[in-house]
Amino acid sequence: MGSSAERPDGRLKVSGEFAFSSDLWADDMLWGATLRSPHPRARVLRIDITGAVALPGVYAVLTHQDVPGSLHYGLEILDQPVLAIDEVCYEGEPVAIVAADHPETARRAAARIRVEYEPLPPVVDASAALLAGALLAGSHLDSNLVRHVPIRKGDPDATAEVVVAGDYEVGMQDQAFLGPESGLAVPAEDGGVDLFVATQWLHVDRRQVAACLGLPEPLVRLTLAGVGGAFGAREDLSMQVHACMLALRTRRPVKMVYSREESFYGHVHRHPATLHYEHGATRDGTLVYVKARIVLDGGAYASSSPAVCANAATLGIGPYAVPNVVMDTYAVYTNNPPCGAMRGFGAVQACFGYESQMDKLAGALGIDPVQLRLRNALSTGDTMPTGQVVEGPAPVAELLHRVSAAPPPSGLDILPGGVANTTHGEGVVRGVGYAVSIKNVGFSEGFDDFATARVRLEVVGGVPAALVHTAAAEVGQGLVTVLGQIARTELGVEQVTIATADTSVGSAGSTSASRQTYVTGGAVRAACVAIREKLLARAGVPLPELDLVDLLGDDAIEETVEWRHRPTHPLDPATGQGDAHVQYAFAAHRVTVDVDTELGLVKVVQIATAQDVGKAMNPLAVVGQIQGGTAQGLGLALMEEIQVRDGLVRNPSFTDYLIPTILDMPPMHVDVLELADPYAPYGLRGVGEPPTISSTPAIVAALRAATGRPLTRVPVRPDDILESDPHS
Amino acid sequence: MRVTCTVNGEPREADDVWPGESLLYVLRERLGLPGTKNACEQGECGSCTVYLDGEPVCACLVAAGQAQDRSVVTIEGLPGDRVQRAFLEAGAVQCGFCTPGLVVAVHDLLARVPHPDDREIREALAGNLCRCTGYETILDAVRLAAS
Repeated sequence: MGSSAERPDGRLKVSGEFAFSSDLWADDMLWGATLRSPHPRARVLRIDITGAVALPGVYAVLTHQDVPGSLHYGLEILDQPVLAIDEVCYEGEPVAIVAADHPETARRAAARIRVEYEPLPPVVDASAALLAGALLAGSHLDSNLVRHVPIRKGDPDATAEVVVAGDYEVGMQDQAFLGPESGLAVPAEDGGVDLFVATQWLHVDRRQVAACLGLPEPLVRLTLAGVGGAFGAREDLSMQVHACMLALRTRRPVKMVYSREESFYGHVHRHPATLHYEHGATRDGTLVYVKARIVLDGGAYASSSPAVCANAATLGIGPYAVPNVVMDTYAVYTNNPPCGAMRGFGAVQACFGYESQMDKLAGALGIDPVQLRLRNALSTGDTMPTGQVVEGPAPVAELLHRVSAAPPPSGLDILPGGVANTTHGEGVVRGVGYAVSIKNVGFSEGFDDFATARVRLEVVGGVPAALVHTAAAEVGQGLVTVLGQIARTELGVEQVTIATADTSVGSAGSTSASRQTYVTGGAVRAACVAIREKLLARAGVPLPELDLVDLLGDDAIEETVEWRHRPTHPLDPATGQGDAHVQYAFAAHRVTVDVDTELGLVKVVQIATAQDVGKAMNPLAVVGQIQGGTAQGLGLALMEEIQVRDGLVRNPSFTDYLIPTILDMPPMHVDVLELADPYAPYGLRGVGEPPTISSTPAIVAALRAATGRPLTRVPVRPDDILESDPHS
Repeated sequence: MRVTCTVNGEPREADDVWPGESLLYVLRERLGLPGTKNACEQGECGSCTVYLDGEPVCACLVAAGQAQDRSVVTIEGLPGDRVQRAFLEAGAVQCGFCTPGLVVAVHDLLARVPHPDDREIREALAGNLCRCTGYETILDAVRLAAS
């Protein structure tokens, strides 16, 4: 534990032998394709599949009439049709599916399906959608409100000597994992189906797939195929039910692989948000109150919007101690693309708002932005806006001190514009900005958040060997490495195998909310401890003195454990008070930028990050999470936005939706703190999300410091930076 | 149509190829070589980088017929494991979807420039997207492989 053990899947991944979900193949396999709505909102009047069925090589063409079970699915609310019934509510909504002997044949057949639509005016403005009398985003709705989370703490009428207010906006970000949605469904002789798929939570997929197929859950068996990144985009179903329907209908294995364009339509995105904040402080910079209103555009279906809304609300003032808070956060239905989970999950949008405000307040007070943050930094024993007392380390001030003291940028001096040689330094100014973030770890608000682990110890080939079996999704983060490290440490054996994740073992919960090492790691540790106790009872001597080979003989010891973190509690629906979260995690960023003020071009010169991880289970993997998360935050700050106009996505490709390249990323200095959380296994703290949250506002703070521009919207566009608007 | 080419040193043949198929599709779906990845089909991400007659190309942008009578080397056929080993040791592999394309690109870079500086590494790998790492460990891997 605590060493940078090598990934067990690493050798296969560097040699090209690792089987991702899009690499699967079966004898006699067919290819699936999906026909999607071209309209953000329309009535479906008629679907004529005859042209598609007539195409040679086509084996099945299915519509909503062919869905064997529940016509709808969803993570929290069953509102999303498996295939459109009489209405489409967003561009890209699946309407029909095809199986054919070649992917091109399947696509051509889908194009020959004739759908008669009656286009309706789409609801595209989330704030307007909340007003009384607003058009509804679907005929199944009686209101466009998904959820409202109010937060009321202290005196709602508190006043302050210095007040700053601001309006902020966050664009729609895409997870943009590289491995597209894909999987292989194989019909089974027992009438069930085996699905090999890239997902974040096998059991919640199975629950929804079985219901839609009208099958008992034991007949729907899911196995995790290689996952090419996730970042939240695989929490919702994509091709799962469709591939199974086609396989059960044709009695042949069916593979579905989304193209990049289809992937942009095939998964939920990060909620775009509008945020209004008012901060009141004393003249010496002590925060007196925060009032805020956040509107999150959830798009056409609920997905995980209710939980995203709660996160934005409960974490909405940041890692600061503030006695008085009045905050209202809304998630709203529109006919824009559905939004749901993405790394940072509601905390990202809020952080851009509250950290922009902290800089604005520092400016109004004439105080250094870091000093203002230090003066108000949350620490152990302080209360959150929900009334929850922060337990365990809360080293917000320490993280700020550390990034402030990080080494300055050195070496590489690529100017804005890079190799395009647009400047030799003239018009280039430098700026430095800071931000801190807070994130909850694990599922909140009373959710029964558990993981199951089955560990088996036996002698194999003359040496003791452990087999660790969970249903937890390895998505790239290195969970399989850490689970192996836990088993080696707890059992004292070298030989540990991580079994393929599948539904033949109990649920491990979701690979999200930075929770898997905490919860499934906790379950594996508990299973190992149970095995150890059995061994000790059998031997009567301490573990280090045991000869496992002698003691085990031909026996195997197997333990299956369901492990839970401490319970959390719901929020009071009127006041937002409640101990809703199990653990908080913190990160801080310092960013240095160079800006070409004549062209609006930006080069991030260096990013310094400090993060408390409780215990660095695998330091190389921890730093990898922090650097990768920081990069996604840079993307949101400077380039990543799904452009939606009138409900239509304008840039569904990697040509038009830009993610950071190696030329966009600066050197990153990472400082890892290990302050143990007394309640968590090994003292660890979730790692994956905090770095994504604060890197965005830190970059924008640096841009403001360089340019003096207000920059209230991310991603920041060149025109936002220019000293004067060239069009005026 | 039939496509005949040399893949990883072996003569290979694919029958019934639809003329719209890419080299990437033929490698992955007809020749049993799925190590080369498909992530964008637009030549933007570099996940499908292979050698075509010794030049690194995006296999998604090469029509299958263009590979006729030519030599293709994929991740499965790369000699030696210096670059692969460096990726593992540096922690440059997370989900691994970009890794085969990056390994080919780094292999090509080090063949041309045995000791690249950071600027040369960044320019050489600017066509390979990675969503997991933020690229720091990929730079580490290249430095390690070049040392």
